[in-house]
Amino acid sequence: MWLKLAALLTRPATKYVFIALALVFPLVAQNEYQIYVMASAFVWAIAVYGLNIITGYCGQLNLAHGGFFALGAYTLGLLTADYSWSYWPAFVAALAMTAVVGFFVGIVSLRLKEHYFAIFTLCVGFIMYMLMDKWEELTHGPVGVRNIAPPNGFGLVDFTETTPIYYLVLVFLMLTMWFIGRLSRSLLGRTFTAIRNGDELAQSLGINLMRNKVLAFVLSTTFAGLAGALYAGMVRFIGPEDANVLHTFDMITYLLVGGIGTLSGPLVGTIGIVWLTQSLQFMEEYRMILFGPLLVFLVIFFPRGIVGSFLSWLHRRTQGKAEAAAKAQQSRDTTGRRVNNNA
Amino acid sequence: MNILLQNLINGLTLGSIYSLVALGLTLVYGILHIPNFAHGALYMVGAFMTYFFMVDLGAHYWIAMLGSGAVVAALGVLCERLVFHPLRHSPPIHDKIAAIGILLFLEALVQMLWGADFRRMSSPFTGVMNIQGLIIPEQRALIIAGAAVLVVGLQLFLRRTMTGSTILAMAQNREGAFLVGIDANRVAMMTFAISGMLAAFAATLYAPINLVYPAMGHLVIMKAFVIIIIGGMGSIPGAVIGGMIIGFTEALGGFYLSNDYKDVIAFALLVVILSIRPQGLFTKGAH
Repeated sequence: MWLKLAALLTRPATKYVFIALALVFPLVAQNEYQIYVMASAFVWAIAVYGLNIITGYCGQLNLAHGGFFALGAYTLGLLTADYSWSYWPAFVAALAMTAVVGFFVGIVSLRLKEHYFAIFTLCVGFIMYMLMDKWEELTHGPVGVRNIAPPNGFGLVDFTETTPIYYLVLVFLMLTMWFIGRLSRSLLGRTFTAIRNGDELAQSLGINLMRNKVLAFVLSTTFAGLAGALYAGMVRFIGPEDANVLHTFDMITYLLVGGIGTLSGPLVGTIGIVWLTQSLQFMEEYRMILFGPLLVFLVIFFPRGIVGSFLSWLHRRTQGKAEAAAKAQQSRDTTGRRVNNNA
Repeated sequence: MNILLQNLINGLTLGSIYSLVALGLTLVYGILHIPNFAHGALYMVGAFMTYFFMVDLGAHYWIAMLGSGAVVAALGVLCERLVFHPLRHSPPIHDKIAAIGILLFLEALVQMLWGADFRRMSSPFTGVMNIQGLIIPEQRALIIAGAAVLVVGLQLFLRRTMTGSTILAMAQNREGAFLVGIDANRVAMMTFAISGMLAAFAATLYAPINLVYPAMGHLVIMKAFVIIIIGGMGSIPGAVIGGMIIGFTEALGGFYLSNDYKDVIAFALLVVILSIRPQGLFTKGAH
C-alpha cells in the first residue's frame, strides 16, 4: 500500500500535480506573508539548483556561491538604482555578469582539487563580501542599495504586489527545474557525474576535465545570479550581508537535507527548511543550533538526504518485492517439477 | 624608521597568532586530511572560555588560559570521536560539510549563551615597554614570546618524545605508521586535542588587544587556511613561515596601502599565488 503510494511519487505525471498545487497556492494561502515566504523559498531554491550543478553533480564544493548570488543582486540593484536602467535589461546584465565572473573564477579555481578548491572559493566569496562592504563609491558600502526597480510588468501586471511576483518567481523556478532535468539526463549531465565519481577515470574516458568543470561552474554561478537578480527585484533592498558566507552554508544545508545530486532534492530541502524556520520564529537567530548538528547527522547517517534516501528505499523495496516474487515463482516451479517426477 | 619598526612589531604579533592557529589546522590536516572549517569556532570558543573563567569566575589570566586550553582540547577530541571518526571512509566532501556543521553549531551556541555583543577582555599585562622610543605594549610582547615558546615546545614534543613522534609518523606515512603498530585512534584524538589547545592559547593571547565576539573566528580561520595553503598543507614549518608572511604583509599593507582593505590582502595574495602556482609555494611536486 505505502509502497504503491510512494511509487506514485516517482511517476512523471506527479510533477503536474505539484505544478497545479504551486499555481493554486496563493488562492489557498491564509495571508500575503505566506505567499511572500513561499516566493522567497522559490528564489533560494533556484540558487540551490545552481549549487547542485557544481557540488551535487560535479562534486566540487563551491563556497563562493552566496557571493555570486549577491553579485547578481548587486549588478541588478546598482544598474537600476544608480544608472536608472529598467529591470529586464539589468536582469540580463546580471546574468551576463555572474557568468563572466564565474568563468574567470572558474578557470583559476578549477585547476585546484578538492580541499584546495573549497578553500579557494571560500576566499573568493570573502573577497566579494569585502568589496561590497568597503568599495563605497560603487556599492554604497554597509548602507546597501535602496530604490531597486521592481520587475517591469509593461503596464499589464504590477510586480510590487506579492502575488504577481510569486508567479514570476514560480515561472523562473519551473524553467530552472526543466533545464536542470534536461541537463541531468543529457550527455553533459552524465559527464559531470563521471567527473564527480573520479577525475582520472573520467579523463581516461576522453572527458576534457577543465572544459566540463568550467562549464558546470559557469552554469552554477549563472543560476546563482538569476536567483540574486530575482531576489533584488523582490526585496528591493540589498546590503553586503547578502554576500555573507552564512548564506552559502544555508544553501548547503538546503541541498543536503533535500538530497545532494538529485533532481527534486533542492526544492524539497529549501521549501522544507524555509518553512521549518518560519514556523519556529524564535529560531531565526539560533537556527544553527539545530541545523549544525542536523548537517553532521545527515552526512553521517543519510548523506543522500530526503529525496536520495527515499529513492534508495523505494529501489530496495521494489527490488525486494521482485526478488521475493521470483523466489516464490522458483519454489513453485521446483515443487511442480517434484510433483511431476512423482507422477 | 621607528614607524617601520613599530609596524614590524605589529606584523610579528599578528604573525605569531596566525602561526599558532595555522599550526593546529595543519596538524589535523596532516593526520586526517580534513580541512577543519570548525577550527575557527574552536578558536572563538577558546576566547569565550577564557573570558568565562577570568571575568565570570574571577580566575587569574594564566589559570583561565590553561582552563580554556583544557576545555577546547576536550571539545576537539569530542569532535573527532563523534563526527570525523564515523566519517573516515566517506567522500571528502562530507568531512567538509560536517566541519561546517560543527562551526555553525558552536557559533550559534556561544551566541545564545553570551549574546552577540562585542566584549573587552583585559589581561593583567596592560603596561607598555619603551625601548629607545620604540613602544611595545606588554601584551604584544607576551604574544610574541608566548607563540615562540609554544612553537618550540611543540617541536620538542613532536621530535623528542615517543608520543609526539607517532603523530609525525602518521603524517608522513599512514600505512607505515599502522605497520609499526601506531594506534590511529589515539593519534587522531591527540592531534585534535593539541590543535584545540593551540587555538585556545592563541585566542587567549590575542583577545586582550582585540575583541571577543561569536564571529571572531571567521577571518582568523580563513587566513589560517590561506597560510597553510601557502606553506603547504600538513607542513609544520610552512605554517609558521606562512603565518609570518601573512602577518607582516597585513601589518605593512594595512599601514602603507589601505587600512580598509588590509583584510583583503591575505586573500588577494592567495588568489595571486594559486593562479601562478596551483600547488602552493613550498610544496614539492603535485598535491
